[in-house]
Amino acid sequence: MTIRLGGIIVGLAITAILVLWSLVPGFINFAFGPPAEKQASYAFYEHGDGPEGGFTFDGALGTWDVAQLQRGYQVYKEVCSACHSLKFVAFRNLQQLGYTEAEVDAEAASWTVPGIDPNTGETTTRPGEPTDYFPMPFANNIAAAAANNNAIPPDLSLMTKARGDGSNYVYDLLTGYGEADPELAAKVGFETPPGLYFNKHFPNVNIAMAPPLVIDGQVSYADGTEATIPQMSKDVAAFLTWTAEPSLVQRKQTGWFVIGFLIFATALAFLSYKQIWAGMKPKKK
Amino acid sequence: MSFAWAKQYEPQTAFTKWIDEKLPLPRLVYNAVGAGYPVPRNLNYMWNFGVLAGFFLVVQIVTGVVLAMHYAANAQVAFGTVEHIMRNVNYGWMLRYAHANGASFFFIVIYLHIFRGLFYSSYKAPREMIWLLGVVIFLLMMATAFMGYVLPWGQMSFWGAQVITGLFSALPLIGEPLQVWLLGGFAPDNAALNRFFSLHFLLPFVIAGVVILHIWALHIPGSSNPTGVEVKQESDTVPFHPYYTSKDGFGLGVVLILFTTIVFFLPNVLGHPDNYIEANPLSTPAHIVPEWYFLPFYAILRAFTGDLALFGITFVPAKLLGVIAMFASILVWFILPWLDKSPVRSGHYRPLFRKFFWFGLIPTMIVLTICGGAPAEEPYVILSQVATAYYFMHFLVILPIISQIEVPKPLPFSITEAVIGSDKPGTTSGGGKVDPEGVVQDLPGSSPDGSLQPAE
Repeated sequence: MTIRLGGIIVGLAITAILVLWSLVPGFINFAFGPPAEKQASYAFYEHGDGPEGGFTFDGALGTWDVAQLQRGYQVYKEVCSACHSLKFVAFRNLQQLGYTEAEVDAEAASWTVPGIDPNTGETTTRPGEPTDYFPMPFANNIAAAAANNNAIPPDLSLMTKARGDGSNYVYDLLTGYGEADPELAAKVGFETPPGLYFNKHFPNVNIAMAPPLVIDGQVSYADGTEATIPQMSKDVAAFLTWTAEPSLVQRKQTGWFVIGFLIFATALAFLSYKQIWAGMKPKKK
Repeated sequence: MSFAWAKQYEPQTAFTKWIDEKLPLPRLVYNAVGAGYPVPRNLNYMWNFGVLAGFFLVVQIVTGVVLAMHYAANAQVAFGTVEHIMRNVNYGWMLRYAHANGASFFFIVIYLHIFRGLFYSSYKAPREMIWLLGVVIFLLMMATAFMGYVLPWGQMSFWGAQVITGLFSALPLIGEPLQVWLLGGFAPDNAALNRFFSLHFLLPFVIAGVVILHIWALHIPGSSNPTGVEVKQESDTVPFHPYYTSKDGFGLGVVLILFTTIVFFLPNVLGHPDNYIEANPLSTPAHIVPEWYFLPFYAILRAFTGDLALFGITFVPAKLLGVIAMFASILVWFILPWLDKSPVRSGHYRPLFRKFFWFGLIPTMIVLTICGGAPAEEPYVILSQVATAYYFMHFLVILPIISQIEVPKPLPFSITEAVIGSDKPGTTSGGGKVDPEGVVQDLPGSSPDGSLQPAE
């Protein structure tokens, strides 16, 4: 009885404190106070839908489009890698993109990585080997910030997993550059600060990255695909999905085997459960 | 420790006889989860979740021990070693996704297990100790899961550690030094990461120990059941094996299908994208959100927005109020067996309690979960305040009062009657013969509470 009485008193006290000091003042402020301020960028930000037709790796049966990954790798190499690192990916991983061992060797050698002179021990550079990881474009964060108007270009290895709906986000971001609607901007008092660029798919619509893909044909694809801006964006988004999760397709394929086995095993478990309980079940009333 | 009609272990071969003499481990297993443990015959699927929770504890320990072989608890490299596991370790991606989502599934089955206990009043005499140990397990799980989430050293790991240890800084006088002591520094860094890893490795084994106590305490009165009427005779029970091993096997299969669907097809759906960005003390994420299983308690923490002040004097700052309320919201479960004094256990026979459970507590938990994950703006703040108020009212005020005024529905005479409609010798098929002499004697610890007898 004492516990229950004490419980009731404590319960009422907690509720009273919550209602009188938090709920009521908050409600009065919500109902009669000034409306919450919204940033001007809210008027412009749009959720993108990703590329038309989606990606080949979408869905439970998705697979890589190897040609697309190779094109995306080319876009990364010729455009993105000027500023963005890919530090968790090694050249040897490129074999998964359909390159032969010799091609991977050649590809690795086309990159310059930091090395040590075997004779003098001084730091130097050398051509990459398959076991090397993609090199950093800047010596350190300070150098990266200094070269990029104080914004550090993020590492791209995990970019499509580090953003919600990441593959579509990367595509949307690359195709979202443009001009803010001047009429609307005047109405909400919005302007893009100097040094930043308007991008309707970036959360606060002002992004420090200059538009990386500016003209059709910026990259010349070896397989003859027309290098439009949406095409390059889609290809590099696919490539970055692969860098973020090289095991994505293997994961889904393994999943089908595991679930298939489990459905079979669960069906057997259900039958043995029914068999054991036969005769024990209640009569229907 | 068991009913008079429980089957006894009889070793058949010379070897098992020898073992039984020297170390009767097979006998222990036989009595714990074998044919030697008589269980009420009317358990529904809600009684599957205890075994499932045990299964996920094992999954977490096995995957976790292997992951620890490839992980390094050092702030410089921790994020990279997790990526090393994802990319270079054979099936490392599967291990890590199974471990991360295994934690979520552990909480899913534990929450269902707890709500089963709340609805069927499994916490009531003679099972209070099982409930109390269960609350201890839940608290240990929360600590373990929190520290595990810090280990990948992503943005949410870092800022989650900052926010949660920051809760202790709300305590008066000792708060700030306590936070520094817990973290081993002024902000989460190597010292914090190392000790969290050490404790994250240790605590699951502590949980396993308390689970053993939990099961031991369970075997003294035996399992509860959906009618809440205690076992009276042999026909009320079936041996755990094969009846419930087969049922648990089927339940395990169903849950594993759901689990593997998440692991293989939606492995990041329960996580947060920000945790794939390496921890950066100089950049605060826009929304710091804990893992989904902490959201109801996070909502209670944030519900207190105003300092407790009178005439301009602040007695308790809002942050401390929130911290107290958050801990109280779980600690209140420790006195639950003594708050709800209704002699009827099962919610099926408690019309008033049942209404408050389905239309009060369950919607409240859903609202708290949603509000905990929402940004701190209206209408979520007001909603979480209303839900928090109801949460405390439910356990501390409503339950004591309704257990006093409620008129319960008539209880069946026995479990056998509840299952097959009558309880006369010879009408049962299975579960052993009805032996009039075999009527159970009062168990140690079960009060001869007359009100548990049928109401008519």
